[in-house]
Amino acid sequence: MTEILVLVDHLDGEVKKVTFELLTLARRFGDAAAVWIGPGYEGAKDKLAEYGAAKVYVAADEELTSYVVAPKAEVLAQLVSEKSPAAVLVSATAEGKEVAGRLAIKIDSGVLTDVVDVAEGFVGEHSIFGGAIIAQAKVRSGTPIIAVRPNAVAVEAAPSSPAEEQVSVALTDAAKSAKVVEKVVQEKGERPDLTEAAIVVSGGRGVGGAENFSIIEGLADSLGAAVGASRAATDAGWYPHQFQVGQTGKTVSPQLYIAVGISGAIQHRAGMQTSKTIVAINKDAEAPIFELVDYGVVGDLFQVAPQLTEEVNKRK
Amino acid sequence: MNIVVCVKQVPDTESPRKLKSDDKTLDRGAADGVINELDEYAIEEALSIKEAHGGEVTVLTMGPDKALDSIRKALAMGVDKAVHLVDDALTGSDALQTSYAIQQVLAKTGFDVVILGSESTDARTGVLAAMLAERLGVPQLSQAKKVEIDGSAIAIQRQTDYGYDRVEAALPAVVSVVEKINEPRYPSFKGIMAAKKKPVEVLSAAAAGIDTAKVGLANAATEVIEFAEAPPREQGQIVKDEGDGGVKLAEFLAAKKFV
Repeated sequence: MTEILVLVDHLDGEVKKVTFELLTLARRFGDAAAVWIGPGYEGAKDKLAEYGAAKVYVAADEELTSYVVAPKAEVLAQLVSEKSPAAVLVSATAEGKEVAGRLAIKIDSGVLTDVVDVAEGFVGEHSIFGGAIIAQAKVRSGTPIIAVRPNAVAVEAAPSSPAEEQVSVALTDAAKSAKVVEKVVQEKGERPDLTEAAIVVSGGRGVGGAENFSIIEGLADSLGAAVGASRAATDAGWYPHQFQVGQTGKTVSPQLYIAVGISGAIQHRAGMQTSKTIVAINKDAEAPIFELVDYGVVGDLFQVAPQLTEEVNKRK
Repeated sequence: MNIVVCVKQVPDTESPRKLKSDDKTLDRGAADGVINELDEYAIEEALSIKEAHGGEVTVLTMGPDKALDSIRKALAMGVDKAVHLVDDALTGSDALQTSYAIQQVLAKTGFDVVILGSESTDARTGVLAAMLAERLGVPQLSQAKKVEIDGSAIAIQRQTDYGYDRVEAALPAVVSVVEKINEPRYPSFKGIMAAKKKPVEVLSAAAAGIDTAKVGLANAATEVIEFAEAPPREQGQIVKDEGDGGVKLAEFLAAKKFV
């Protein structure tokens, strides 16, 4: 059966949920062959088996994760040339897309980015212009490289006992030219990743200051949600930029998105419009965010949000 | 220091953005063209590198005639000169082809640093910096939220979900920047006047050494097959808070099984 390569998205051995989404997707088209790059495989192998990896290529050399992106593209390029897979799937994160881009040049193939679904013939569905248009695109030449947006595909477990194959790659000098000398981890606590979370609670201009973001965090924690912020809030320095949801920040599509004190400018909508259920709290009844919501409360977020938090905690 | 900043003209987010029904490419006539927002941060970063280390900043744009408006703005912000790659043969090029075309132009301009925004607000592929680094065989310093240059050494803070990676390399290099790396300056009146006299070199594909059999819609490695407007979301229930808005919201979430 044809193999579909899936680049495992993990941080020091902790596998991201999008990997299971990619494995689920890959199984529609052939054997899901996971590609593990870097240390930490032993602790993660059961997870890959649980979600149906038929095979795992393990490139465990620590050197492969000591440089920016390029080594990952070299591992994948080598596997494409040796194994002739039908397609390569990666997560559509900033780094995943960069791997895809470099690989596309190495194997002279087309690349589809930010795909939300894949159909027969590796036709990728895209949600573009902030969700206003749905477009289908395909790769015409080479081995299709497809970057799939996290949270776009429902995960299905399919226990397997994957065969393992060790892979070693002699990196080129060019792949070793941008060295990661230090990883700096900033506070995030126990909250899920923004792009992977099932629930996202975001705060905007209405929150009024950095100190008030504790209201957003409190609500998020009651729901086990990730915290996001609108551009107005990150521009004002109230919340770190990597949590920005919007056209120039992260695109999220959780099961539930709660917009608190966010008016819903196009810039923001572009980053959350594909969320399944949308809820908003805003004091302005005319705020455009209300055009998108499944449920909206017109009111003072400083009253409504804490009350909601309390109520959610009560119901647990 | 020879600094080249790559700028893309994109449709203004606030105006209607469409694809053309015939060739399914971006309808550039339907919307106002503006500099891609993240590229403004790239321009600012290029200018501050020049201010700190000397040299010259060139803005490089591939796009139709009207992209000249964006070039003029970059020049007004303080960029020294421009190269405008414009050719009908390039229309409809995908990222793979665009990176090839830009590589050809960079072979002419030379560079110590190529700097660009980490993605465009229209296509949002976010692959160009990586593709350019791959093609040019130079370090990829992407997603930068801070750039430091010392002689021929360059270091960045690469933004990640958990914080950032500190990355070191030697020039020449490709740098892509994220929002918030700096505060892009506004063109001054003097800058706008000066921009009119700054040199803009217009290059055709042939003049840039681009093989036209490798670029353009017909030769693209990817193809948009069809598209449609997404169905509008149906507006749900909106309630006014009467002191129990939070409770009502919790009831809604409970009914939807989120609580």
